[in-house]
Amino acid sequence: MAKTIEEINEKIRRGKAVVLTAEEIIDYAAEKGVKKTAQDVDVVTTGTFGPMCSSGAYFNVGHSKPRIKLGGGKTYLNDVPVYTGLAAVDFFLGATAMPEDDPRNKIYPGKFSYGGAHIIEELVAGKDVRLTATAYGTDCYPRKSLETYISLKDMNEAVLFNMRNAYQNYNVAVNLSDRMIYTYMGVIQPKLGNANYCNAGQLSPLLNDPYYKTIGIGTRIFLGGGVGYVVGSGTQHNPDVKRTEKGVPKMTSGTLAVKGDLKMMSSKWLKGTSYTGYGVTLTVGIGVPIPILNEEILQYTMIRDEEIWAQVIDYSDAYPQFIPGSLGEVNYKQLKSGKITVQDREVPTAGLSSYLKAGEIARILKEWIETGKFFLTQPVELLPSVDSGIAFKSLKERPIKKRH
Amino acid sequence: MQKKRVVFNYPSHLVDQPVISKLVKDYDLTVNILRARITPKEEGRLVLEMEGKRAALEAGLNYMKEIGVDVQSLAQDVKWYEDRCTHCTACISVCHPQALDVNRKTMEVSFNRDKCIACELCIPVCPYQAMEILF
Repeated sequence: MAKTIEEINEKIRRGKAVVLTAEEIIDYAAEKGVKKTAQDVDVVTTGTFGPMCSSGAYFNVGHSKPRIKLGGGKTYLNDVPVYTGLAAVDFFLGATAMPEDDPRNKIYPGKFSYGGAHIIEELVAGKDVRLTATAYGTDCYPRKSLETYISLKDMNEAVLFNMRNAYQNYNVAVNLSDRMIYTYMGVIQPKLGNANYCNAGQLSPLLNDPYYKTIGIGTRIFLGGGVGYVVGSGTQHNPDVKRTEKGVPKMTSGTLAVKGDLKMMSSKWLKGTSYTGYGVTLTVGIGVPIPILNEEILQYTMIRDEEIWAQVIDYSDAYPQFIPGSLGEVNYKQLKSGKITVQDREVPTAGLSSYLKAGEIARILKEWIETGKFFLTQPVELLPSVDSGIAFKSLKERPIKKRH
Repeated sequence: MQKKRVVFNYPSHLVDQPVISKLVKDYDLTVNILRARITPKEEGRLVLEMEGKRAALEAGLNYMKEIGVDVQSLAQDVKWYEDRCTHCTACISVCHPQALDVNRKTMEVSFNRDKCIACELCIPVCPYQAMEILF
């Protein structure tokens, strides 16, 4: 019998909701059968904790006396530039921003030891950061410079706003060349020396709802240790890709855009991250609850690591040159075993997304729901699915005519 | 027989002396140099594994201390900041002595100091700056 979100929330209110993690549901449903499990279980919780570059936060720091208009000038937090093309004291800090004097890859490979993501982690941990700014001055905003310490509690608003998170499946990166490469998929050893993957597999949010039948705009989620919301599909959301019989994408596919109050989050679940030779990024903890509305939705959540396949891509040439094609398919059970076979060679694997922490997130979210601290929401619109007509575009360059 | 991993810090006047061969010849120890940085007229730093009878190991280390070499156990110089580690497992495939290892059931990463040879391969690989090796 089908359930509704309202019915599930009523059970949460009465402390009667049955909640299992995406890992626990596998054996539970195998033992009790789909029909009974769909009746018994109300929510399946998922989790992921991995590097997500398209993350950031916007702030309103309050007006100084006299007032200053940060827009049009330059503003920094701990020497990291923020985007000020907004009203007087609003700005956006991107996770991958870095100090202007960071040597980047001039000394190759660069360390990228500090950037926007580290500031987000420090702010969430309650630390002071240095806010420095220069401005051009107007009649209404006369001040031209500002230097002060600031912490999260001093600000009016501090909102994590990530335009692409929680990728539904990801590439497995290898290196066919004869030199070490430094990528957003980590350090990859030459001549198939290792293979790096980045997904929580059977615990991953979008892999448990592959056609986005429950997740959409307004879905309440675990975000960075606090509560957040899905605000829509993320950038590069690309639902119409090759899928397995059970509907699971075999390559990068759906994404989420999310937001949440940074003041309620924890530095345990938002970590500044440094990829040698690549740059700075933010490791974000996300957990999405899947309401078990019917048997079909339950069956999607029963997905196992061995049923989720990913493409092995050469990051020394195919990826940077945007040459399509895959060196083969492997599943997450193989990836987690520590070795896969590529071109008849055994290749050791390493993860970038923490399965251990993904499980912890799913268990925290489960506990929140069981104890009546977290209620499910009915999305106002589901994420665009395979029938949406979305096609993933590459950049078509058009030469700019020079005018004399 | 006992095994010990140590770091020797040499003062500048000992850098050109054959002290390690003393350990081999006079104290009957098997030594395996894991890392070395010796700069003439400055100072030297050596990471090595020593194997031998317990009494001989002690005597050999005493000899080093007597001639002015600072002796530390390797464990002091290698740090795994567990609070920064996210257990992502990025380090696992580069750590050949398996000092950094993962429980494949829980996917939890652990660090066993005794197996670490201070090669530093994990340093650029860890995105969370969770490993630190002072050398």
